[in-house]
Amino acid sequence: MAGEEQFTVSLSVNGTTTPITVPARRLLSDALRHDLELTGTHVGCEHGVCGACTVLLDGAPVRSCLMFAIQAEGHDVTTVEGLAGADGQLHPVQEAFRDCHGLQCGFCTPGFLTTIAAALDDVAPGDSISDDEAREIVGGNLCRCTGYQNIVKAVGRAQMIRSQRAGLSADEDTIGDSE
Amino acid sequence: MTTKLFGEPIVRREDARLIVGKGRYLDDIGHGALGVAFVRSPHANARILDIDVAAAAEVDGVHAIYTYEDLDGPMAQPLPVLIPHPALVAPRTGYALARESVSHVGEPIVMVVAQDRYVAEDAAERILVEYEFRTPVVGVEAAERADFAVHEDIPDNVAARLVQEFGDVDSALRDAPHTVSFTQTIERSASMPLEGKGVHARWDPVDESLRVYSSTQTSTSVRAAIATKLELSVDRVEVIAPDVGGGFGVKIVHPWPEELLVPWAAIRLGREVKWAEDRREHFVSSAHERGQLQRITAGYDDDGRLLALNAHILHDHGAYTPYGIVVPIITSTQLLGPYRLANYRCQVDSLYTNTVIVTPYRGAGRPQGCFAMERTMDRIADELGLDRAKVREINLIRADEFPWDHHLMFQDGRPLIYDSGDYPSMLDKLRELVGWEGFEARRSAAAAEGRLLGIGMALYVEGTGVGPYEGGHVQVLPSGKVLVSTGLTSQGQGHETAFAQIVATELGVPIENIEVHTGDTRRFAYAVGTFASRAAVMSGNAVALAARAVRAKALRIAAEVLEVDAADLDIVDGVVSVRGDPQAVLPLSSVAVLSNPLRYAFDEASKAATQFARFASDEHPPVAEDDEPGLEGRDYYSPVRSTFASGAHAVIVEVDPGTCAVRIDKYAVVHDCGRLINPRIVEGQIHGGVAQGVGGALYEVMAYDDMGQLQNASFMDFLMPYVSEVPQGIDIGHQETPSPLNPLGIKGAGEAGVIPGSAAIAAALEDALGIRITAMPLGPSQIYDLIRAARDGTAPRTSNHGRRDHEENR
Repeated sequence: MAGEEQFTVSLSVNGTTTPITVPARRLLSDALRHDLELTGTHVGCEHGVCGACTVLLDGAPVRSCLMFAIQAEGHDVTTVEGLAGADGQLHPVQEAFRDCHGLQCGFCTPGFLTTIAAALDDVAPGDSISDDEAREIVGGNLCRCTGYQNIVKAVGRAQMIRSQRAGLSADEDTIGDSE
Repeated sequence: MTTKLFGEPIVRREDARLIVGKGRYLDDIGHGALGVAFVRSPHANARILDIDVAAAAEVDGVHAIYTYEDLDGPMAQPLPVLIPHPALVAPRTGYALARESVSHVGEPIVMVVAQDRYVAEDAAERILVEYEFRTPVVGVEAAERADFAVHEDIPDNVAARLVQEFGDVDSALRDAPHTVSFTQTIERSASMPLEGKGVHARWDPVDESLRVYSSTQTSTSVRAAIATKLELSVDRVEVIAPDVGGGFGVKIVHPWPEELLVPWAAIRLGREVKWAEDRREHFVSSAHERGQLQRITAGYDDDGRLLALNAHILHDHGAYTPYGIVVPIITSTQLLGPYRLANYRCQVDSLYTNTVIVTPYRGAGRPQGCFAMERTMDRIADELGLDRAKVREINLIRADEFPWDHHLMFQDGRPLIYDSGDYPSMLDKLRELVGWEGFEARRSAAAAEGRLLGIGMALYVEGTGVGPYEGGHVQVLPSGKVLVSTGLTSQGQGHETAFAQIVATELGVPIENIEVHTGDTRRFAYAVGTFASRAAVMSGNAVALAARAVRAKALRIAAEVLEVDAADLDIVDGVVSVRGDPQAVLPLSSVAVLSNPLRYAFDEASKAATQFARFASDEHPPVAEDDEPGLEGRDYYSPVRSTFASGAHAVIVEVDPGTCAVRIDKYAVVHDCGRLINPRIVEGQIHGGVAQGVGGALYEVMAYDDMGQLQNASFMDFLMPYVSEVPQGIDIGHQETPSPLNPLGIKGAGEAGVIPGSAAIAAALEDALGIRITAMPLGPSQIYDLIRAARDGTAPRTSNHGRRDHEENR
């Protein structure tokens, strides 16, 4: 059996465009991880259920294990590596996960971070997120370590950090105390 | 920053890299490595007649195809029986690649190595294997009937028959005022870490050495296994557990076939080789646990005092016994829980079935033992019409009765002696936390709205910190950086934080200066592994002892330099100072420089330690006979026996009478793991354990059909809890009874949360429905069937339904 036909794809990931040459069936998750060596995106099931491989496609969360790399051409992909600011300042959700002990083994974490980051973009700084809304946001991602308790807390905390950074919330004492 | 960090809920240090995508998990390593795919058995029980690889060999990009015929020497021998035991009368393990027969769906038969995993899978699909099909044995009842055998030369399917016994059960049951007998089952589940297993190997032909990365819970033992099987000197083999994406037990089993085959192929091919397990492979070729059928007879008196317990347990061991009978041993010893009992007999028949192997999954036999004992307590209460909490209370070992000796042998081969605890106080705390006494009012109010509420509880004792040992190494560098290493591995437990807290406290250094390394045989070669809630107890104490040795040495050197008595010195924030003399100080970094007499100066700091600069006595050698250069220490912690943590869970459930959906209304946990190193981490462990307990109680099954095909081998069909399935809040109460067995007074916490889940939720469902629950897990369909069966009179109702607990309190 002969080798496969190869395609050159320009992938725009975290603001940088890189051409890669891959077969048509190369999954976006594999292209990110093994061609671009952005290994922060993890693969937990390869059938779109666990959400560990979630990346943002033009700002919306998608399962990178359910897409081919060639389908990502012409779109802006954001991975966990692209969440922090150019100056290295953590994204509010990254800071919140650390503050709230929202991760243990860390394998599912990148998928949660990207998913939550996208959801926060739809919430105005200064508004708060209820625990029910937080559960809705993370309802499609699997975690086997944390029992989700601190992940739910981290969503609210992330929104609080966003609000603070926007100068719209000053009540430091309430942070991380959503119980 | 204070250096007394032991016990503080500080944020985790490992998170800094994990939240920005800079963790390094197995499949993040070796982008240029060749990929591996396996042909795995599609049949549960079959002879292999022929393997045809010709079509696969023609696939472009294939580098090698291996079958059993290619294996030689120790690689051609069966995989090891890791933990032999006298009761394991018919041990059986498979081969790295199947030889002549297969005993479960998923067993590896052919290994394909190709340019990448895609091509390896293409080739694997073209391999033709011809089988002679045999009737599979699925489920413990079929295994017990033994109409068919899993292994031809073991016709009764019995791998092991383990009997644990004290007192005289038969007489005690005969003499007991009441007896009750019942049978119950608990389903299979699995660890199911989000990261599957994986192995990467690289052979260095110049150095003649092998470096293996494995997503394992024991790098040192994987190293030993690889050296043995590949006939390499152990000093030529390095094994590193990188960041591991969850373990929960499945990654303590070793050597997995892939852990041997990947390095074996890497040496033969002279190329980096990597295999990263996919999810379906994990379902059908890694390990499961939990499946048991329990036949229980209990004798008790009018007050609910348990007088005798006889349990006959059928344990589903799957196709092979590589990890021995650890799970049956734990079930049969930990079944006893926090209760006093004079007459006990437990027989566990460990039976072969044509399914995936059964080895420890978080809890490791304890959830089943807890299920047996706690459901017995509920049954006694029901039969007598007594409050379930009161029946437990009357049977508890009292706080002044420690150490409590059960006169049995535990999983570590040491006596089953509880070291400390306070179970009555734990039960009191639990009743208060969950609102046990006020529950009837809640039930009635809910019932008035047509809602069905039920409450249940379950208590457990967990042997943690099993030996034989772990070690720790602490080194202060001349830069002031403190390196800490221990051999056991990490899979998310926060060891980099917890061990740093211990060393910061013991040594008196800022935690920022400390760097912790685990699971790397290059840094620490002696270790056992991370399982049995042992890491904090074992390595925590080992690094504490090593830090104490470093502290003593630092004080000795500083005392010489500062010309004071070491007893007058203290170390705070990395600086040695003389008590009461703020001027007399010496940073630990300087002590580290001085600890190593130098001939050559290579920087400003090292000048201080050279031969002509260093204070020295003409009478003594620069390094004394009983000393060694460097400010470092190594020590080991080896306990006489395990330390026993304990806990109690209570849960309130609501069952929708229309849909039979179950909602957890309240989940309360009282937990005692001795002194807490980091309460934040311990709570996280409890949260995760509770979620797994809920999964096991309400959702997770391994749906094998009669042909031994796993029907739900994907996350679409195996229902692991999402956030929508776990309790919305877990109320946790801590109790601290320190262990007298170890220097830090700690007990393990890793597995605790999962242990009583099925027992407590079964009790709550039984309480809500008024129908006896004898099988877990229970989903809406099973609850619907139960309700109908109870209506038809084919499912027994609880005898106490309508009379209820707490009657006297109303």
